[in-house]
Amino acid sequence: MPAVADPEPVAAPLQVAESPRAPPLLETKRLNAYFGEARVLRNITAEIQDREITAVIGPSGCGKSTLLRCLNRMHETAPGASVEGDVTLDGMSIYKGDLSAIAVRRHVGMVFQRPTPFPTMSIRDNVVAGLRILGRDGPSRAEADAIAEESLKRCGLWTEVEDRLRESALALSGGQQQRLCIARALATQPRVLLLDEPTASLDPLSTQTIEELVHELRKEITVIIVTHNMQQAARVSDRTAFMLAGELIEIASTNSIFTNPKDSRTEAYVTGRFG
Amino acid sequence: MKRRTRHTKSHVMLGLTYVAALIATLPLLLILVHLLSEGAKYIRPSFFTEMPRPIGEPGGGMANAIVGTLILISIASVIGLPVGIGAGLFLAEKRGSTLATVVRFLSDVLNGLPSIVLGIFAWQFLVRPVGHFSALAGGMALGAMMIPLVTRTTEEMIRLVPVSLRESALALGYTRWRTSLTIVLRTALPGIVTGALVAIARIAGETAPLLFTALGNQFWSTSLKGPIAALPLQIFTYAITPYDTAHGQAWAGAVVLIVVVLIISLLARFATRSRFGLGAD
Repeated sequence: MPAVADPEPVAAPLQVAESPRAPPLLETKRLNAYFGEARVLRNITAEIQDREITAVIGPSGCGKSTLLRCLNRMHETAPGASVEGDVTLDGMSIYKGDLSAIAVRRHVGMVFQRPTPFPTMSIRDNVVAGLRILGRDGPSRAEADAIAEESLKRCGLWTEVEDRLRESALALSGGQQQRLCIARALATQPRVLLLDEPTASLDPLSTQTIEELVHELRKEITVIIVTHNMQQAARVSDRTAFMLAGELIEIASTNSIFTNPKDSRTEAYVTGRFG
Repeated sequence: MKRRTRHTKSHVMLGLTYVAALIATLPLLLILVHLLSEGAKYIRPSFFTEMPRPIGEPGGGMANAIVGTLILISIASVIGLPVGIGAGLFLAEKRGSTLATVVRFLSDVLNGLPSIVLGIFAWQFLVRPVGHFSALAGGMALGAMMIPLVTRTTEEMIRLVPVSLRESALALGYTRWRTSLTIVLRTALPGIVTGALVAIARIAGETAPLLFTALGNQFWSTSLKGPIAALPLQIFTYAITPYDTAHGQAWAGAVVLIVVVLIISLLARFATRSRFGLGAD
């Protein structure tokens, strides 16, 4: 694939007419994903701008998480899973180009529904876990310490853990663990951060902290957040994508999705008539 | 009325489970009491430092057998642990594949194989071609016994590690093998160590595989190429003699053996209480 974004005829979603934009940071082109024979994503074509927060909403099983996992090539790690179509990051194909899955995942970080600190590692080692695999090309001990501090500060966790960096990450609360996981994902300096229902297992207060954090991050990084919670989507995102049964029904500014959706199915969903 | 019968029934059944639990621990208690009453008086410092006397002559110790057992356990561990842990990792990573199913089944069969069969087999292929009994053959026979034990516990422990942890590592850009070794295996490590120690405790007392391989030795030998003494073999040798003093030595040997196993089991429990990592019984 050439590195030029070729203007294919876009088959699907209704786009809100907007002023000319910069070339998108992330772009999916007729993306199809399968588990064995089952097609779970259907011709997803979408554009995501740099330093924007996009929320993906839709009922359970509509393919939100699968879409997310196609953006950092995690989908293919599941047995029998496959992908058709393409995704470009900064104009470069992540599937058809020279980028390895490993390299893609270093540029596109991910945080999961449940906090997943590595139980054998201390808080500090958890944060820099993604750097350690660089070996000699990676940062020195002191540099790693600095990166750990910076990442923890970005996640608002530094003051809470600075005097117990050597202790097990399992001693932290659920919300703290989730912020630790975000710090861990940020430490490798990804362009994009994927959040797969990051607050689904957290209490309201921790949820609020995470949402504020996501809001802060918009200045520095592109975030795509999958959520079940429409209020959350409305609160944190600039743009919202609505998915249904593996299809991307509509992607537009969050405001217009919630107040003036173009598709009747989007309207039915956001007004709570189903889902 | 109905309610009362229900309560009575409940109490009777509960009582029966208590009795069953008690009976389950009874053999161990009886063995320990009997061993100590028979063998304790023969356990003197000399038992650990001296060589066995000719049969019928009182006194002496089992220094060679204790060292021999340690050597045999070491050989078995060198073979059994890496192979077992590697195979367990394979089974856990490739759990659905045909090869994994076959390996898992065969491993269970090997686990259930009578140890005497393993001993004869080891004699056929490790002793007969060489022409003499050896510590190496004995250790290898014990190692073969360890492999399925370690394989299965390793697999179980690795399967306890949540998939989300593996995915988190992959999402950070870890390669598959690196995820397996540095995240999954390390998280499961306390459980694997426990499994390994349980396997060692299990083979430490094995006699049958050693009868045709290590053979036993009345003299001091640490050579891997020659016959070597082992505690279970020495107990067996003494127990089948008609002399009371020899019987006493056998009891004492049994106490030492059981204490060794007990210590290993305690270590295994201790290993699971690691602060970092998944504890598992």
